[in-house]
Amino acid sequence: MIKLSRGFDIKLLGKPEQGFLDVGSPQLYALKPADVIGNGPIPKLHKAIGDKVLAGEPVFFDKNNPRIQFASPVSGEVVEVRRGAKRAIDAVVISADNSVEFHNHGALDIASCSREEAVELLLGSGAWTLLRQRPFNSLADPEVTPRDIFVSCFDTAPLAPDHNMLIEGKEAAFQAGLNVLAKLTSGSVHLGVGPGSGEVFTKAEGVKTTAFSGPHPAGNVGVQIHHIAPINKGDVVWTLKPQDVALIGKLFTDGVFDAERTMAVTGDELKRTGYVKTRIGASIKSIVADNLKHESVSCISGNALTGTKIAADGFFGLYDDQLTVLEKGDKAEFLGWLLPSYKRPSMSRTFLSFLRPNTEYHVNTSNHGEERAFVMSQQYEKVVPMDVFPQYLIKSILFSDFEQMEGLGIYEVVEEDLALCEFVCTSKQPIQQILRSGLDLVRLEG
Amino acid sequence: MKLFENLIGKVKPHFEEGGKLEKFYYGFDALETFLFVPGHESHGTHIKDGIDLKRTMFTVVIAMIPALLFGMWNVGHQHFLAIGEFTAMADGFMDKFMYGAIKVLPVVVVAYGVGLGIEFVIAIIQKHPVNEGFLVSGMLIPLIMPPTIPLWMVALATAFAVILGKEAFGGTGMNILNVALIARVFIFFAYPTYMSGDAVWVAGDASLFVDGFSGATPLGVAYLGGAEALAAVKVLNYDMMSMIIGTIPGSIGETSVIAVGIGALILLVSGVASWRIMISVVVGTLLAGTVFTLADISFFQGIPAYTHVIMGSMLFATVFMATDPVTAAQTNTGKFIYGFLIGIFGMIIRALNPAYPEGWMLAILLMNVFAPTIDHFVVQSNIKRRVSRAL
Repeated sequence: MIKLSRGFDIKLLGKPEQGFLDVGSPQLYALKPADVIGNGPIPKLHKAIGDKVLAGEPVFFDKNNPRIQFASPVSGEVVEVRRGAKRAIDAVVISADNSVEFHNHGALDIASCSREEAVELLLGSGAWTLLRQRPFNSLADPEVTPRDIFVSCFDTAPLAPDHNMLIEGKEAAFQAGLNVLAKLTSGSVHLGVGPGSGEVFTKAEGVKTTAFSGPHPAGNVGVQIHHIAPINKGDVVWTLKPQDVALIGKLFTDGVFDAERTMAVTGDELKRTGYVKTRIGASIKSIVADNLKHESVSCISGNALTGTKIAADGFFGLYDDQLTVLEKGDKAEFLGWLLPSYKRPSMSRTFLSFLRPNTEYHVNTSNHGEERAFVMSQQYEKVVPMDVFPQYLIKSILFSDFEQMEGLGIYEVVEEDLALCEFVCTSKQPIQQILRSGLDLVRLEG
Repeated sequence: MKLFENLIGKVKPHFEEGGKLEKFYYGFDALETFLFVPGHESHGTHIKDGIDLKRTMFTVVIAMIPALLFGMWNVGHQHFLAIGEFTAMADGFMDKFMYGAIKVLPVVVVAYGVGLGIEFVIAIIQKHPVNEGFLVSGMLIPLIMPPTIPLWMVALATAFAVILGKEAFGGTGMNILNVALIARVFIFFAYPTYMSGDAVWVAGDASLFVDGFSGATPLGVAYLGGAEALAAVKVLNYDMMSMIIGTIPGSIGETSVIAVGIGALILLVSGVASWRIMISVVVGTLLAGTVFTLADISFFQGIPAYTHVIMGSMLFATVFMATDPVTAAQTNTGKFIYGFLIGIFGMIIRALNPAYPEGWMLAILLMNVFAPTIDHFVVQSNIKRRVSRAL
């Protein structure tokens, strides 16, 4: 058991209730190339508007890496290709049929198939897009054999879903998926389990299991990698989420890309929270419709720290298993820095709320102040349970010092690992954005 | 509140792009954001901690209030002691406080007025928001001045500190040396007779002082004559208790161990200042003090080491100056080394220097310069650890 002491649990109202919500199944689904960070794909469409598509049938491929296919999560019809700046594709929208019809990729015997066969199946079926590579958190490179593969089986982020709920009903597929992953790496498949992890995780076979405890970000896979087998320069490891392991398992046993994913619906601006069984890229419209307490809200695909803001009829991200709905923080506050008009979570002991550490807070998306130069020190270190000096790393990025970035461990972190730094920052510095600019720099030049 | 909101809503268009007062936007912005935390939505993380720089800086200002209030009373108390009235501590409270307030408040007003004025002008010229750093510096400067300091000198020193000590380096967060200490060191070297010696620590017309009143601080007495001399002036109440309460001559805010201690408590409980630095300065001071006393090389003959902590400006400097997050070391290990060395150097300057008995100002400025070097070695050790892990 690895006990992490540094970090901070942001306690919010609006935790997901145990149990499934009864919401209508969404009509629209979307594939968004921008969900892939780092080496985001340049999509080349297989399908045009009006074309029929089966679940698991490729919709587009990456021009830079034509082997990587992005597959439809449902069967239906391509109804829209949304374009953004410079006519780049923002989203390919698919309208679902009443029942899901799968494209058959052909099952593959996990025990006897070769690594090449396994890779081809993953690439062609779209499941490959769920594998992410560190450093950079980008799409996994099919030409590379990763040193290890890591799966975090618990989540400590604000209002995080319970992974035991998410994996419910997919236990056998999860184990099958782990067996597939073992084929892909030259090293081990590592599971990081938390205090509440169920037996599907703790008793998984053919993997190395490491128990973690501690406040957020103990559940982040990056933190777990750092403590199990840190990423040195030149190392490549892959990560994915437990539900996607199960998806891969089902692909091999049944031959279908079944994009069903259980999502946590969270946030105290919702009348009802809980879990919904839906599919990758589903529209959140049917979930938030008639479920909002107020009109002025922010919908976030993912958690409140690292998620992506989406419209009330937007779509879940490719890697997200959580929807967070919070009050919009766009109101000015009279002398808010001195006499806050409502209680808010803070790591700072200048708020007396530190005396009651178990309080859960209503929050909004206000910045609570303006950006300033770095003044405080050792704030970030308190929330990063890694042997990394975040403030020095961020500064080395700001003056583009490659050697220093590498030396200080830029390969070991991605945005989610330093997201709490951004939350606690007195100077309101955009830490995640700065880190990504540094990662892009070393990825392109290194 | 609604009133302010309407007022700001009415004048804001003039300051925005295209308005006739457009170039003063950042001056207006500073006032607006002081009154209202703007309704900006968070980018990146969708939620943010309630803390911001205004609140952080204001916490430090609050921590200095006890020292300021006590300082006001004590300026009056020392004055009345000198002229031989209300010599008992409890007597004439209001007279003493009012006398002190009249001496001290103008210094505060001048320091804030000059410093903030310069910050606003520079922010408007350079088109960036006004930073909150001077909220603290503007209060620190008066507290480390002798009560007899001429106001023009405060203005000059503040201007020097803000322009050359801070803005020349890029403003709050970028300065290498502690801004308030630059103001003090400026006067110390430019106008030494106003900043040292026996005559500057008690306000009032010296011709009215009672015969035999020297105005020397306990530190000055002990420096020249050691423990015997300090014992001899006990008639003036220079005993341990008076140093702890702070009923002794000295700079405006530095005399009371209790008042500074309350400030330290506020800073430590709120977590705004580093306990690592505070503790290690005290440890360094005690260690150096003990060594110098045992080796019998100190000017402070027979003064035990712990007395150095409560005499002079040691505690004030430790709590409010050494802990300045911008100019101190920024790594945890670095903070221990930085604080410890301040203690050592402060004592070297205090106890072994034949010219003047106070060392914290120079010790802290010296370590401000070396803080990045200390951090450099701590950071390098992290880099080396990472390299050796990969082998």
